Amino acid sequence: MAWTRKHLLAIQELEAAEILTLVDTAASLQEIASREIKKVPALRGKTVVNLFYESSTRTRTSFEIAGKWLSADVVNFSASASSAAKGESFVDTARNIGAMSPDVVVVRHASSGAPALLARLLPCSIVNAGDGAHEHPTQALLDLLTIREKKGHFDGLSVAIVGDIAHSRVARSNIHGMRKLGVTVTVAGPPTLIPPYTQELGCKVSYRLEDAIRDVDVIMMLRLQQERMHAGLIPSLREYSRYWGLSLEKLRAHARPDVLIMHPGPVNRGVELSPEVADGPYSVILDQVAKGVAVRMGVLLLLAGSKGAEATEPQGGAR
Amino acid sequence: MSLLIRGGRIVDPANAVDAVQDLLIENGQIARVAARIAPPQGATVVDAAGKLVCPGFIDMHVHLREPGHEYKETVATGTRAAAAGGFTAVCCMANTSPVNDTRAVTDYILAKARSEGVVRVYPIGAVTRGLEGEELAELAELAEAGCVGFSDDGKCVMNAELYRRAMEYTLPFGAPVISHAEDHALAAGGCMHEGVVSTELGLRGIPAAAEDVMVARDILLAELTGAHVHIAHLSTAGAVRLVRDGKARGVRVTAEVTPHHLLLTDEAVRGWDGNTKMAPPLRTKRDTEALVEALADGTIDCVATDHAPHAVADKEGEFDRAANGIVGLETAVTLLYDRLVRPGLLPLSTLVARLSRDPARLLGVPGGSLTAGAMADVTLIDPDALVTIDPARFASKSRNTPFGGWTATGRPWMTIVGGTVVWQP
Repeated sequence: MAWTRKHLLAIQELEAAEILTLVDTAASLQEIASREIKKVPALRGKTVVNLFYESSTRTRTSFEIAGKWLSADVVNFSASASSAAKGESFVDTARNIGAMSPDVVVVRHASSGAPALLARLLPCSIVNAGDGAHEHPTQALLDLLTIREKKGHFDGLSVAIVGDIAHSRVARSNIHGMRKLGVTVTVAGPPTLIPPYTQELGCKVSYRLEDAIRDVDVIMMLRLQQERMHAGLIPSLREYSRYWGLSLEKLRAHARPDVLIMHPGPVNRGVELSPEVADGPYSVILDQVAKGVAVRMGVLLLLAGSKGAEATEPQGGAR
Repeated sequence: MSLLIRGGRIVDPANAVDAVQDLLIENGQIARVAARIAPPQGATVVDAAGKLVCPGFIDMHVHLREPGHEYKETVATGTRAAAAGGFTAVCCMANTSPVNDTRAVTDYILAKARSEGVVRVYPIGAVTRGLEGEELAELAELAEAGCVGFSDDGKCVMNAELYRRAMEYTLPFGAPVISHAEDHALAAGGCMHEGVVSTELGLRGIPAAAEDVMVARDILLAELTGAHVHIAHLSTAGAVRLVRDGKARGVRVTAEVTPHHLLLTDEAVRGWDGNTKMAPPLRTKRDTEALVEALADGTIDCVATDHAPHAVADKEGEFDRAANGIVGLETAVTLLYDRLVRPGLLPLSTLVARLSRDPARLLGVPGGSLTAGAMADVTLIDPDALVTIDPARFASKSRNTPFGGWTATGRPWMTIVGGTVVWQP
């Protein structure tokens, strides 16, 4: 399917065919990572601004690498080192960056809806790199690409997403994306970390880890933030880990032998994942990270690549 | 000085009148209402054929922002917005800067209203000093200075003991304690209604229970003290049930509802427009249906706009950081007439009563009827005018409304305060 959208704001608004276009494009770009010269001219002369209002390692770095491998000029803006620290509003900063004529602005922000706001304010393409507890579309895309590579397809797969669903943009983007591709999703966690009306998103809800991970193809463990304890959502990390942490014993006792363990990172080893699971044979956590670069290259290419020009296609790359 | 309003449809619920008649105003008072009145010598005659002639509308919940936030609104612009919206009187909330918690501030607001205002202004005094929720404001002196009610609006007085004492202390003044019923802990960090939409958008929700538990508390405290508690901007089906039950048991509880809580739901937040953010938040369809029913059956006593002017910069940014509230004075009558009266959800006479007779009664202020001898505050409506709501044309200093671009039929046509025409289009 031809890509026609100007922005990538949310998986929820995409159709299944559009999601597959993004995944396919990323898949075709993966080989660039294994080249000796990791550079294609697809986005030469294009400017990508990484506008990050929250700290990020994986996402920011992989967007930067993706842009550079595509020959775009990539500029990083982090809020702490900029005028935001002097009290300039998000809207004012955005308008100023917009005045410098970028082609793509990649935005990470603690407020849900901030990328949609930028899309209203700026004439360029906007990529949501994570907004509040709303969505993190490129994370879901790299998760989907990882699953398809390991399992070969999406049809009839089932996935358990475990942990702090309430505060997770990764969970929301994955729930929407997986549902649209025919994957059955169960979310699991203590009720205080499952938002109200979660079933309305089209997934099952489970309050027992052992039930949730039985017979699923993929277990996606989410990071538990320490501050949830202070907010009264869980009694202690110890108790959380005991009932919701995934240990090798629980995995062997309840999950299928071919199950995949995923995590969007950064991992709290010993809280949601025991070290032997995080680093063990079931884990595809580093595959996810590797695919992050390809996914972000694909997104930048589809949004900013000149339509139909041969020169934009990487050598032996995108079909 | 006399003014004859001829041939309009007089809608005066206080006197159970709904008929085409003439209305004569002399010396700032209603002289009489009768089938045919010959114009006295020198009278100005207004041809009101096809128009609705109602007692002046009273909005008991308005933020005029003066003193302190004059970049959002002033007494001069806010009262002009009121006049343009068909309101002849407004109550202004105490969350100014400085807070209206002392006589000097009340005096200042009233002096501004006399010199620059165009409609009647009734200040609401703070319940607690600085709206801090810790010590009582000088409530007796505020009442003497002209405050007609007491509220820490925008904040809920969380200390039940202090709120109990406020209710007791104000008993002799005949002025209600007006409750912004929202449990701080349950609502903490929330920026919209907690429901399906908040879950999808990943925005922190405010459960309906945050309002319901405080409405329940306040009704119990009113029962304990015998005081009159008025629930501001009621927004949930649960709170409707509690107020209905309280009234049935004889507790002195009254309530208001805003046009936006009657007409919009949390679905409106999907566009991330800061003008859909308010406290309490927009709720669900089940709630709006309960609110309309409660307004019709009298469980809810009046409509108030919670007119909350904000500058563009306060509303345009990240949704969870945007200021709460919208302007309402210049859209209320049009929206309520078009969306509730025309489709038959609310009888016209009920809407007029909820905007005039009932707020006047519950506040103990004059007005609310077209009885001979009453002060001549009159609102005229053109029920057939087609309008497109255009915030750029508001008399208010602020434009923060989610209703821009809405089309409707019916609008204010003339506003008369004390026999003087203060606004016409």
